[in-house]
Amino acid sequence: MSAPHATTTPGAPGSADPERGHGGVELTAVTKRFGETTAVDNLTLTVESGEFFSMLGPSGSGKTTVLRLIAGFEEVTSGTIAIAGADVTGAAPFDRTVNTVFQDYALFPHMSIAENVAYGLRVRKVAKAEQRERVATALEQVRLSHVADRLPHQLSGGQRQRIALARALILQPRVLLLDEPLGALDKQLREQMQIELKQIQREVGITFIFVTHDQEEALTLSDRIAVFNNGKVEQVGTPREVYEYPQTAFVASFLGLSNLIDAAHAERLTGVATAISVRPERVRLMDARTEPAAHETCVDGTIVETVYTGPTTRYIVDTVDGLRVVAERHNDHAPSDTAPYHRGDAVRAVWVTEHAAIVP
Amino acid sequence: MLRLTRGTRIAFGIVVAIVLLFMYVPLFLVIINSFNIAPIASWPITGFTLDWWVRAFQNEALWTAVTNSAIVAAGAMVIALVLGTLAAFALQRYDFFGKHTVNLLIVLPIALPGVVTGVAFSNSFNNVLEPAGIQVGYFGMIIAHATFCIVMVFNNVFARLRRMNPSMQEASMDLGASLWQTFRLVTFPQFRTAFVAGGLLAFALSFDEIVVTIFTAPAGVETLPLWMFNQMARPNEATQVNVIATVLILLSFIPVYVSQRLTRAEEEER
Repeated sequence: MSAPHATTTPGAPGSADPERGHGGVELTAVTKRFGETTAVDNLTLTVESGEFFSMLGPSGSGKTTVLRLIAGFEEVTSGTIAIAGADVTGAAPFDRTVNTVFQDYALFPHMSIAENVAYGLRVRKVAKAEQRERVATALEQVRLSHVADRLPHQLSGGQRQRIALARALILQPRVLLLDEPLGALDKQLREQMQIELKQIQREVGITFIFVTHDQEEALTLSDRIAVFNNGKVEQVGTPREVYEYPQTAFVASFLGLSNLIDAAHAERLTGVATAISVRPERVRLMDARTEPAAHETCVDGTIVETVYTGPTTRYIVDTVDGLRVVAERHNDHAPSDTAPYHRGDAVRAVWVTEHAAIVP
Repeated sequence: MLRLTRGTRIAFGIVVAIVLLFMYVPLFLVIINSFNIAPIASWPITGFTLDWWVRAFQNEALWTAVTNSAIVAAGAMVIALVLGTLAAFALQRYDFFGKHTVNLLIVLPIALPGVVTGVAFSNSFNNVLEPAGIQVGYFGMIIAHATFCIVMVFNNVFARLRRMNPSMQEASMDLGASLWQTFRLVTFPQFRTAFVAGGLLAFALSFDEIVVTIFTAPAGVETLPLWMFNQMARPNEATQVNVIATVLILLSFIPVYVSQRLTRAEEEER
């Protein structure tokens, strides 16, 4: 039962492990039902070896269930799961070459930090001396060598998070699963941990599968993102692809702000009867008398609200035929100047026609 | 914090003092009278002697009773620990048909009057099993005690399991531990204090049980409470009961102390 990845010697990341880099995960037609509810619906997904892959979606969208299926905490109702090319569909968690960082960290409260980190080695009966050595290395990697003898409850949230990471990484898994690991941290610490996570992932070079409901986090960290909704994947792609070219209205609205324009309105504007999505930062405001260029789409309306966010100001524009368009403008004018447009102004909202994504 | 006037505080102090007096003066009398020259309890004592202590420690019937009680309590405790813990896990972790009924049936014996339990077991042992050729003897008494001892372990362990974070077990298995390793290294250490506390309670409950014992003890077998009870009927021997009562009062500090230490250690861990 002892997994092969656990018995390799410690040593520098990227060192001579011939199997390193073979950490892809393939889900084929995976369905998971809990009683009447279908949490994951006929999902096929490939995670490339060594990539930082995020599963993004609202709560209840099935992303955490998929993670738990990969970890082996839940059994699939149908379909297959392969890790590093090997079918693990029916395998127990302790027989899979993946490790998990839990949302609540799940550190063992009765063990010291060093014992927590050593746990995976201990249950595999790794020699005591080697355990000590690898624990020291792992704690160094997360810069927490000085807390080795403390108990988990004596650590701050950010420290516990890093210990949970060290405890999982010490086994040199092919794939690391992270279940909203930054969810319990406050905003500043979260941003700091994001950078740290990214650095660690680059260092160890293994596949990270990261579950989050925070779209900004997913955009910041990921090589690729899968956007989940109702147990299905709506779109998979690089952060830029899913943000700039959303394929569904759900993706467009879940990632960042979006102006969703239904087919009827779109037809009046562009002549094509398909729903479109335009990002607020792609919408410019101009004087209602200015003629748009040929490659631009425009809509006339009145500013009903302005929202100052610091770096930007948002203008909410309502048109006569019931369409609402949000335009976002960088506050790149002199700090003492007020916004160039105000509530009640009649304006023309303009965007480059091909900057709008078609969201059928 | 609730603010109290001076008058109220004095009144509360007096009430507490009276309650404590009622609780502890009789115990104090027992201790004092174990050194009383007179064979009948009195106040003040007529003179000091260690004679009863010597006689008690040389009393073979007494030692047999102590041994019996220890064996029965230990037996009942072990059964309670095993079955109580298993039941707690089953009812906490799994959903099955009749779960609530099983829960009720496990907890019921502690509410059942001892005399009912006693009669029930006495009837089953003497009128059903014996005619069928099965002699339960000593073991019957242990089983009878175990029925209500199980509740002590069950309640303690069940409450602890409910508070336990389920992802702890998953984390353990995720890190490569087998089911048994997970239980030994992660799960058990987390309900160990509840397990020990439940065991102590079960032991104590069985050790001083007299009603069920009267009905289920085999002929000629005396547990300590039974021996003490029978002694009281013989006036000249009654003072030895004071001696053994004094010893028991001192011994009962042990479980109280241990359970308080355990609770404190636990609070620090949180």
